[in-house]
Amino acid sequence: MELTAKERMAIERHGMAEQPPDLRNRNFEEVPYGYTPEEAVAEAQRCLSCKKMQCISGCPVEVPIPEFIALVAEEKFAEAARLIKTKNVLPAICGRVCPQESQCEGVCIRGKKDITKAVAIGNLERFVADYERENNLMEVPEIKDKNGFKVAVIGSGPSGLTVAGDLIKLGYEVTIYEAFHRGGGVLVYGIPEFRMPKRIVEAEIRALEDLGVKIYYNSVIGRLHKVDDLFKTLGFNAVYIGVGAGLPIFLDIPGKNLNGVFSANEYLTRSNLMKSYLFPKYRTPMIIGKKVAVLGGGNVAMDSARTAIRLGAEKVTIVYRRAREQMPARAAEVHHAEQEKIEFRLLSSPVEIYGNEEGWATGMKCQRYELGEPDESGRQRPVPIKDSFFEFDCDQVLMSIGGQANPLITSTTPDMKINKWGYIETDDWGRTNKEFVYAGGDIVTGAATVISAMGAGRRAAKAIHEDLMKETDETLQPPGGETEEGDEEK
Amino acid sequence: MYELIEKAEIFNVHKMVIKAPEIAHSIQAGQFVIIMGNEYSERIPITVSDWNTDTGAITLYVLELGISTLELARMKVGDSLYVVTGPLGIPSEIKKYGTVALGGGCYGIGGIYPIAKACKEAGNKVISIIEARYSFMFYHEKELHAVSDQVLYATSDGSKGKKGKVEDVIREMLEKGVKIDQAFFIGCTQMLERCSEATRPYAIPTKVALNSIMLDGTGMCGACRVSVGGETKFACVDGPEFDGHKVDWKELNRRRSAYTEQESVIYQSYSHECMAEKKLRGEL
Repeated sequence: MELTAKERMAIERHGMAEQPPDLRNRNFEEVPYGYTPEEAVAEAQRCLSCKKMQCISGCPVEVPIPEFIALVAEEKFAEAARLIKTKNVLPAICGRVCPQESQCEGVCIRGKKDITKAVAIGNLERFVADYERENNLMEVPEIKDKNGFKVAVIGSGPSGLTVAGDLIKLGYEVTIYEAFHRGGGVLVYGIPEFRMPKRIVEAEIRALEDLGVKIYYNSVIGRLHKVDDLFKTLGFNAVYIGVGAGLPIFLDIPGKNLNGVFSANEYLTRSNLMKSYLFPKYRTPMIIGKKVAVLGGGNVAMDSARTAIRLGAEKVTIVYRRAREQMPARAAEVHHAEQEKIEFRLLSSPVEIYGNEEGWATGMKCQRYELGEPDESGRQRPVPIKDSFFEFDCDQVLMSIGGQANPLITSTTPDMKINKWGYIETDDWGRTNKEFVYAGGDIVTGAATVISAMGAGRRAAKAIHEDLMKETDETLQPPGGETEEGDEEK
Repeated sequence: MYELIEKAEIFNVHKMVIKAPEIAHSIQAGQFVIIMGNEYSERIPITVSDWNTDTGAITLYVLELGISTLELARMKVGDSLYVVTGPLGIPSEIKKYGTVALGGGCYGIGGIYPIAKACKEAGNKVISIIEARYSFMFYHEKELHAVSDQVLYATSDGSKGKKGKVEDVIREMLEKGVKIDQAFFIGCTQMLERCSEATRPYAIPTKVALNSIMLDGTGMCGACRVSVGGETKFACVDGPEFDGHKVDWKELNRRRSAYTEQESVIYQSYSHECMAEKKLRGEL
């Protein structure tokens, strides 16, 4: 039964049922329960299948959104998931963590007047991917015959997994080197269980392993093997660098080195990767703050604040220099944080952290800000208000104000071209200045999103394929692997 | 993976020889590994004391101090560690200094060995100074003698060498006018601080291998940060060695003790197995 546009317009957006805030702020279970098939179909029927498919251009990897939604409306859920996977290999993850309101949903015609009325594309993406996985409908994709080329992928985060997934299907032998003992990068160490259940990441990694991707854990490239050694000694034909986040920045104010002051990375890594939230079964301890201050307005800040509440903090305060609508965090995360009674001190910036005699943080002094002229990013610049300060008590401070480039690879690969901030320079397709070495994700762009890292991975996989295929007419000698004079190793 | 192939107990320091061929192949003096005994463990940074590229084995001396190291200590030959990540950190700067003094205490007795060896190979005069509470608590001595021109001892009870600590031996040497061109120290934070204070008046270049709390070991988390000369440095990627005369020791000690409460609670709650009783029951 084909609905008219008017009938479609009449359907209200379906939110996902969620754990109530008073319940979820004491557990680490995922917050939204997911759609029922009926809800998914009804939500899919809201899509007008516009001729000008703005949603597709709003998506960094150009998922064929109206087409997959049409399949959902026909209850062809697994088919819809498979269609998404032609463009996005990790839909269960992107459905959960993409900032849809500034991408596909942000340009949806149904949300033109009110963004909260846009078709819930992210929810539908999550639903079909979960449906396919939970009903064991995941199909092993077609894999081309082995072409004899070996590719090393450094890092198993969103971009590394994408590169590995794309290249294994094209017939490459793919080996991922992961520094940690679990795969997934930021998906496992950074994003908490209540937002990104680890079993989903594990399922995606298992699927890649089933396709033949090899993963070596506990392998820190730059130290265990240098990038050049991957070619010379280990015989790889191309290397993709997707090592992600770098060194955390600590706001340079008095008191920054007091005990109780953490980088959000450390706090989240303890809780997520090392599972400190299950201490003492898992041995890594965690300081449980009573009054916690979180500095920053991004997703990492929201994740830290909401983790602190779940670990038993009495009060959690987010301190952010700009206004609410300028926070880079996903709208859903800000909304969830507010529901969980996290306090927001907006247009405020810390000037000092107070400590006691034992050297532990006890409080914070902040300056009030107001919005001034727009800066180069187009956002109104926050300007400090003279002599306007306030103080509050806190025994834990979590800094989530960004990072610097990780030096492990670049410092041990001196001929790699980097920019003045230490990030790797690449062309639009992820090619670095070193032949057959590619890079993508946060190590190129600085802190960004999961989907943009995946987009970079996808482009780099194309470039690797294109560049290596030019080599097929020559011998299969590894391009970087010519033995040096007098080197008998090969 | 990471099979434990040899184990010995030197009181609360445990010698663990682990199969890790890739690490044995790429490691250099001064670097460390991060290990986890099982999937529940903490990630623990440990200085690597020796390695063999032929057998693919690395030798660690692990001080039993908390729950995770206790569980490591309970492992048996044939068991496998869950994680051995490395090598990590910047290798020691090895060159011809002239006379090099190396001081080691506790796990640092093993820790200074590869640096001593590399310094000896680089043509330096190597003086190794090691401390322990009692004479029977020394270990790795034969190896250390083989790469040192001189090995000096210090014990708390005076049962071997000088009664006192490494810093007392160093101070005495310096007072006597022994010329030292470079010093390296590995051991507990208190020892590192005191040894650095001993070399400071003589302006002897002093490197200390810091043992701050670490988590990922790749520079991502900042748990290991230390202030050196007023700058924030990350021990895992900028270190582990720093100028001992510039380290903010007070801050480092404070950060190292941040988890004492949780650590002791969980350590105390661990069921104690009395080895003497086991022996009496004939189980050992």
